[in-house]
Amino acid sequence: MASNDVNRIVASHLSYAYPEADRNAVEDVSVRVKKGEFLAILGHNGSGKSTLAKLFNALYVPSAGTVWVCGLDTKDDALVFDIRQHAGMVFQNPDNQIVATVVEEDVAFGLENNGVEPAQIRLRIDEALAAVNMSDFALKAPHLLSGGQKQRVAIAGVLAMKPDVIILDESTAMLDPSGRQEVMNTVHRLNREEGISVVIITHYMGEAATADYVIVMDDGRVAMSGTPREVFTQVAKVRALGLDVPPMTDLADMLRADGIGIRADVLTVDEMVEEVCRLSSRS
Amino acid sequence: MSIVIEKLNYVYMAGGPYETHALRDVNLTIEDGEFVGLIGHTGSGKSTLVQHLNGLLMPTSGRILVDGMDLADKDTDRRAVRQRVGLVFQYPENQLFEETVEKDIAFGPKNLGLGEEEIARRVRDAMRRVALDYDTLHERSVFELSGGQMRRVAIAGVLAMEPQVLVLDEPCAGLDPRGREEILSLIRGLHSECGTTIVMVSHSMDDVASLAERVIVMNKGGVFMDGAPREVFSRGEELRAIGLDVPQAVQLAQKLRDRGFDVPQGVYRIEEIKAVIEGIAGKGEKHA
Repeated sequence: MASNDVNRIVASHLSYAYPEADRNAVEDVSVRVKKGEFLAILGHNGSGKSTLAKLFNALYVPSAGTVWVCGLDTKDDALVFDIRQHAGMVFQNPDNQIVATVVEEDVAFGLENNGVEPAQIRLRIDEALAAVNMSDFALKAPHLLSGGQKQRVAIAGVLAMKPDVIILDESTAMLDPSGRQEVMNTVHRLNREEGISVVIITHYMGEAATADYVIVMDDGRVAMSGTPREVFTQVAKVRALGLDVPPMTDLADMLRADGIGIRADVLTVDEMVEEVCRLSSRS
Repeated sequence: MSIVIEKLNYVYMAGGPYETHALRDVNLTIEDGEFVGLIGHTGSGKSTLVQHLNGLLMPTSGRILVDGMDLADKDTDRRAVRQRVGLVFQYPENQLFEETVEKDIAFGPKNLGLGEEEIARRVRDAMRRVALDYDTLHERSVFELSGGQMRRVAIAGVLAMEPQVLVLDEPCAGLDPRGREEILSLIRGLHSECGTTIVMVSHSMDDVASLAERVIVMNKGGVFMDGAPREVFSRGEELRAIGLDVPQAVQLAQKLRDRGFDVPQGVYRIEEIKAVIEGIAGKGEKHA
């Protein structure tokens, strides 16, 4: 289902109001996700970030403005199934999105619904489970898997549809640190090796720091955008929007406040180590 | 009031194909007024352990003494135990069910058979402690509240029982940073101002490092480490070997040591590592 266009998702002056709501949950948002790009959407609860994600695969239809997924307008009812094939979504709760009693049947669910022929289904399931390192679990019952494993099965279900974009709506929020790491590693590998575009909605700044591009939502609007480095180093502004900054960025900020000449755009422990070495060798 | 755990064992689905030995010979004493951070990989037994602390699970073998009452004894008054030890589950807001905030928080005290006036006092008191405004919120439906507010209502429902020990199983799971900070400062306040004993299960090493006075690390159903955060987090290699992280300040301290800097052992708070770096930078400037 590859599209020749380089843009995977284009949102133009997008607004959305929930039925009977008196204000827009998403207000005049314009954003673009290109082929192979990794976008993180941040924002406190109620900022509109999940609503935005659901507008990206036609779960919601814009009240105003337009979303194109691989060139397809999400307002067109006839295109809904095509759109969801291009842009697959993984949700927050691993227990709410698995439907079958055997892992490989769960992965096959979307394919069967789309009338893919059996031989092709077999092939796609095997490929998808291999891509998330779950081949050994193909015949297991999903309820015996860990949270991280369940989310990888959910990702495999999306992958089997050969999407151009995967959208993860807080898909790591209910996992433990190792489960979170499993899911993030999987998504990064698919992004890097298969060129699949990724949109993650997350509260974890560490996850957002690994994205190519970050947008911070507030009150339905895009409050900040840029590379993780550009966004996180505006410590006061990020805090005012109800978010954390990565601990090392916070430390750099405190050191600068005390007059230490450290770079403001430190994100990781390794970068901080380099900065300390630079400070100590300055002569 | 202390909690004494002696040779506690717990087996899920004993005799079945999925039999799991979830706790193995756990011995612990939790003293009055402590703030304990309980950490461990998923499946390490931490949730099973906390469900024993107020008698939700019965030990397969061993004893748990709460204020001298033995929870393994079938004749022990479980209600009396639950009044002393309050347990806040993971995602406790999923258990809210009443029509209004006030009724939900009053549910526990009502079941204790307390008088109207005492119930009203406890509801107001609990709401004040979790920083929910009584006048504007008590008649609201819990389902109109934000996720963070719903969680605070759930915690207030446990506080209204006026427990001496509060056990919280991942109280910040799934909350955004603002909601997490609200919950953490509320827990900090309960401990420092009300003297409540706190046992907090958490996956966040940074949260545990900033709050707990004692850290218990579970692994494979047993107690793997038990000590002050400074001692526990200085054993980074061992923690990583069982799938746990260490706080970023500890990682930074170790990497600076590897580069030849003189960083004292046991540094685990951001403020401490900040002072170390200021020392290093100060020396660098003197050489200039």
